[in-house]
Amino acid sequence: MRRTLQLFAAAAVALATTGGVQAQEEPTKACFIYVGPIGDFGWTYQHHQGLLQVEEELGDAVETAYLESVPEGADAERAIERFARSGCDIIFTTSFGYMDATNRVAGRFPDVKFEHATGYKREHPNVATYNSRFYEGRYIQGVIAAKVSEAGVAGYIASFPIPEVVMGINAFILGAQSIDPDFQVKVVWANTWFDPGKEADAAKALVDQGVDIITQHTDSTAPMQVAAERGIKAFGQASDMIEFGPETQLTAIVDDWGPYYVERVKAVREGTWEQVDIWAGLKEGHVVMAPYTNMPDDVKALAEETEEKIRSGEFHPFTGPINRQDGTQWLAEGEVADDATLLGMNFYIEGVDDQLPN
Amino acid sequence: MLESILITVATAATPLLIAALGELVAERSGVLNLGVEGMMIMGAITGFAAALLTGSVWLGVGAAILVGAAFALLFAFLTLSLVTNQVATGLALTLFGLGLSGMLGESFVGRPGLKLGVIDIPVLSDLPVVGRLLFGQDPLFYISLLLTLAVAYFLFATRAGLMLRAVGDNPVSAHAQGINVVAIRYLAVMFGGACAGLAGAYLSLVYTPQWVENMTAGRGWIALALVVFASWRPWRVVAGAYLFGGVTIGQLHAQAQGVDIPSQLLSSLPYLATIAVLVIISRNRRLTMMNTPASLGRPFVPER
Repeated sequence: MRRTLQLFAAAAVALATTGGVQAQEEPTKACFIYVGPIGDFGWTYQHHQGLLQVEEELGDAVETAYLESVPEGADAERAIERFARSGCDIIFTTSFGYMDATNRVAGRFPDVKFEHATGYKREHPNVATYNSRFYEGRYIQGVIAAKVSEAGVAGYIASFPIPEVVMGINAFILGAQSIDPDFQVKVVWANTWFDPGKEADAAKALVDQGVDIITQHTDSTAPMQVAAERGIKAFGQASDMIEFGPETQLTAIVDDWGPYYVERVKAVREGTWEQVDIWAGLKEGHVVMAPYTNMPDDVKALAEETEEKIRSGEFHPFTGPINRQDGTQWLAEGEVADDATLLGMNFYIEGVDDQLPN
Repeated sequence: MLESILITVATAATPLLIAALGELVAERSGVLNLGVEGMMIMGAITGFAAALLTGSVWLGVGAAILVGAAFALLFAFLTLSLVTNQVATGLALTLFGLGLSGMLGESFVGRPGLKLGVIDIPVLSDLPVVGRLLFGQDPLFYISLLLTLAVAYFLFATRAGLMLRAVGDNPVSAHAQGINVVAIRYLAVMFGGACAGLAGAYLSLVYTPQWVENMTAGRGWIALALVVFASWRPWRVVAGAYLFGGVTIGQLHAQAQGVDIPSQLLSSLPYLATIAVLVIISRNRRLTMMNTPASLGRPFVPER
């Protein structure tokens, strides 16, 4: 009897081992859900560059798949579930609005790893979240804007009033007002992530209202083109957009997701994947500033200095004293905002001349 | 400032106007083509690519018109010769166009394109407020208005236009009169495609001179809605397109000025305004019935 059991155990071990080896030899399947088209040359384009880097570095060991232009909402859950059923080992869902859908599907597929970008909910052990500290770049942009602008007013094309976007506006104004306390920002909500025509219209409206610098938190290159046409300056978004405004772009916040994607897919392959909550910035190279162009040398030097201070950790853009928009104190002198507050940011700070939509 | 606002409105309205005019003609002949978005995006990529490769913006515009018409020909063949379902075929055409344009356009992403320049009529364009609006616009703006004039004249003042409307209202009796119903519908659908292609070229060569996937962003659907809004009358399409464009641009300006209204509400204003006007004009049922092509969307197979 005991002998039989031992045999059984041995067989089971053998089976498990061969099973394991087989799994190792099969390529790991990494799947991506995109909110826009891969040809947007902005947010989704950069995520797709990450996918391409995974393919390049892991070669035959990986198989990839992606779905583009997946609307946030009910469609997203169906798309994610389809991927989970089709044998994906790890699924990257790359927009804030996929947060709940990702967590719901993750609950039903405990063996699949889920990675949600820019969210904060990790309801199951197989859900990780990752994000980049774009606000670091936005602060630098604010500093540059206040130095370069003659009108003292910048235009900000925003998408949706989610914490990520609100945080960006706040960081921009903090940077600008560190140079010029009277600097103003006009915010226009496009209520879309991607509509080149509407983004161009928003940019034109802002220029007509007298701004001479445009920054955007939407995904297309259209505002950069409008700025070039109207002869003002602008900041690129997500990708280096210098080709659309060789004499217009001051710098751009470039999202570099590739290294993270390679690392996480490798972890799945090696069985070392663990739930994480990554929020990396300039220091880790997830946020990269495009070359500082079209500005005087002293502004460039100041921008580089600010970047270096943030990178080294010497300076945090959200350092007190900072008041809320209504004048009440948020951060005391020298106090640094904690990550949780920043990630859930749903209020403007003092100096923003706009009503935050609910 | 008023002047530049008006110009921005014209830029926003022109592609809607051109695409809607084309669809209006197709629908007047009794064919409902829901593939406007697909034909438009094909026009956008073709126009952009052809202009960049040949170095001539006008060749780009021409290529976009041809490709739009070719796409419409495909639709016409399926729905008129093979008598497939118009709604399903139109939707398929949109999906096909969106997918194909993305594939064809892959190597054009991130490349600045050519832009169609403005026509500047000296002296007149220096007039206050309306100078640049009326005398200093891009050529396609003028073409869109001439096109409206031409379509209105054709439909209501020519024999061919009468035949086209007869085909859309009652293909059976038109056929009995010896009119070639299918041939007229083919031509009307292809005209619709050519206009959609031109509207697409407007996006990638004037509005935002670049190629990005899905850059039509639903404008084909708005054009379709405008046709209903206009109760199939050309000049009302102009009114609708400019109302929609005007409210869109107006709300952006309101936001930039810091008007204290929630931006989501402002963003939905163009749609609300359009629906409100639609409700008001469709109160007169008899008039609406009179303008609606009576056989819209119904297939016709001539007896042999």
